[in-house]
Amino acid sequence: MRLSGISLNNLRRRKGKMVFLTLGLFIGVATVVTMFSITQAMKADTERKLDQYGANIVITPKSNDLALVYGDIAIPGVTYDVKELKQEDADAILTIKNKENIATVAPKLLGAADVEGKQVLLVGVNFPSEIRLKRWWDIQGREPEGPNDVLLGHLAAEKLRKSSGDSINIGETEYTVAGVLKEIGSQDDSLIYGDLRTVQRNLGKEGKLSLIEVSALCSTCPIEEIVSQITEKLPGAKVSALRQAVMAREQTIEQLGNFSLAVSVVVLLIGALIVLTTMMSSVNERTREIGIFRAIGFRKSHVMTIILFEALAVSSLGGLLGWIGGMLASSLIAPRLAQLTVGVQWDPLLGIAAIVLAIFVGMGSSVYPAVRASNLDPAEALRSI
Amino acid sequence: MALIEATGLTKQYNTNGVPVEALRNASLSIDAGEFIALMGPSGSGKSTLLSILGAMNPPTSGKLIVDTISVYDLTVEMRADFRHEYLGFVFQQLQLIPYLSAVENTMLPLAITRRSHKEQTDMAIWALERVGLADKAARLPDQLSGGEQGRVAIARAIVNEPPILLADEPTGSLDSRTGQEVMDLFKSLNEGGLTLIMVTHNPENAPFASRVVQIRDGCMIEGVGALR
Ligand SMILES: Nc1ncnc2c1ncn2[C@@H]1O[C@H](COP(=O)(O)OP(=O)(O)O)[C@@H](O)[C@H]1O
Ligand SMILES: [Mg+2]
Repeated sequence: MRLSGISLNNLRRRKGKMVFLTLGLFIGVATVVTMFSITQAMKADTERKLDQYGANIVITPKSNDLALVYGDIAIPGVTYDVKELKQEDADAILTIKNKENIATVAPKLLGAADVEGKQVLLVGVNFPSEIRLKRWWDIQGREPEGPNDVLLGHLAAEKLRKSSGDSINIGETEYTVAGVLKEIGSQDDSLIYGDLRTVQRNLGKEGKLSLIEVSALCSTCPIEEIVSQITEKLPGAKVSALRQAVMAREQTIEQLGNFSLAVSVVVLLIGALIVLTTMMSSVNERTREIGIFRAIGFRKSHVMTIILFEALAVSSLGGLLGWIGGMLASSLIAPRLAQLTVGVQWDPLLGIAAIVLAIFVGMGSSVYPAVRASNLDPAEALRSI
Repeated sequence: MALIEATGLTKQYNTNGVPVEALRNASLSIDAGEFIALMGPSGSGKSTLLSILGAMNPPTSGKLIVDTISVYDLTVEMRADFRHEYLGFVFQQLQLIPYLSAVENTMLPLAITRRSHKEQTDMAIWALERVGLADKAARLPDQLSGGEQGRVAIARAIVNEPPILLADEPTGSLDSRTGQEVMDLFKSLNEGGLTLIMVTHNPENAPFASRVVQIRDGCMIEGVGALR
């Protein structure tokens, strides 16, 4: 028999106490695991859906001429051919270190065009990424497919008296109006959106871009980090973060994380308190027993070992069960949470972390009872029957 | 030199600031192989003296030398090692660990040694055979009678063959027949060379001892010197 054998025998034959201790740790760890895995799932979900919120980084050419304003962004070089971005610049964005955090790259070319006698601002876009980026677009008609399909902003359609299915002459070329955007209430309403390559050819600016909108989310690093990585790749461009959109998004996740942390800490503290009081009362009940251990020559450290080994065994069990329970709970809860499409992942690393956490809490709160037990005076302990 | 040399042992307890002299200037010399019966009325200081001799209760003043070791000059942990090596204990009652079987209780002192499980079991079975309980090795304490529990405690006290056995009223909770059995067991252990110090208030036990030490109000009054 080893000291651990004494501990295990005690746990085996005092099942009630063991079940109580395990339960205390189980509830604590299960809550932490549930909170953690749901937060993780929500983070992953947000990252997947981040295009929904629109772009959060805008890349424009470096120039001092303020020539044109697109949204809130000044676009130099629309009227003057100063510096322009190139298609390669858009490709280079996907080579930065944090490229996994780039969800969408939407390059654009802007230019004034003559449309049936009227001056209109024409925007060449990559339709699939543009539509993914502008989730608020509501197209009446169909999505553009061919190179000569265009989308009209609400005001542009009104001004030109066009609706979906009509043909439209821009410059010398004939296009088809695939759809009209419902009123947005911004400058987008007066624009005509065409296929990027076609517009580039039409404006005589093959391979050139006026701006690139990027949608990125980095939950583990600040958006500034991504901005600086892009700046490094594109020294001739001005890369700016649209702070507000990003901050709101990161704040939501951070708040969720903080909430989970607070709940976890409280529940773990309760678990620790349960372990502490149960262990304390167990030590008091075992006063005479500990006196016998000490009388037959067990050192203080031997008594500590017996009690801490019990805590270790119970904590490991509580941690393992807590992990399993927490994962089951979060797989049940996660799909019920609004719009969560990313499932909960069974990560064995989280399991190990859960067990380590349980051991940390369980043994941590058993140290004081163990010290108390080992400091019992054997003569005194044997006197009290 | 005697195996145990106690000189000028005094023990003062403080209960709520009131000092109680449990032992006054007790000196005692015990040779190897003696069987001492420590007798006296309740509250006279017998248990106090035994726990001091048992290296568990530092005296207020005085000295205890066992086998040339000055016991109370050792650190607390070294005194635990000393108890492990030199002493076996038998108490009056409730002395078995309730969740360990008879054989596990018996091998308890071996749990802190490096001996293999097989070796430990063999030694524990040997000790249980000495007390005539090998057939009940697997039982838990509450499945044993009071006398059987006492014998398991004796098996535990002798399992690693210490030179000295200390017993505090070992027959106190037993009926006279089983008490007699325990005393016979002590007698034969003593004949095997074990030095025995036993606290008892039962005069029937006195004849088993080689020497009776009487104690009254913390003072020794009889049988202090060693028998030659
Ligand atoms: N740990 C203690 N604290 C306070 N008083 C004690 C303690 N142990 C013993 N005493 C007192 O010392 C005296 C002797 O006790 P004890 O040695 O137990 O006597 P005996 O075993 O002969 O009955 C008693 O008055 C008892 O109340
Ligand atoms: Mg007593």
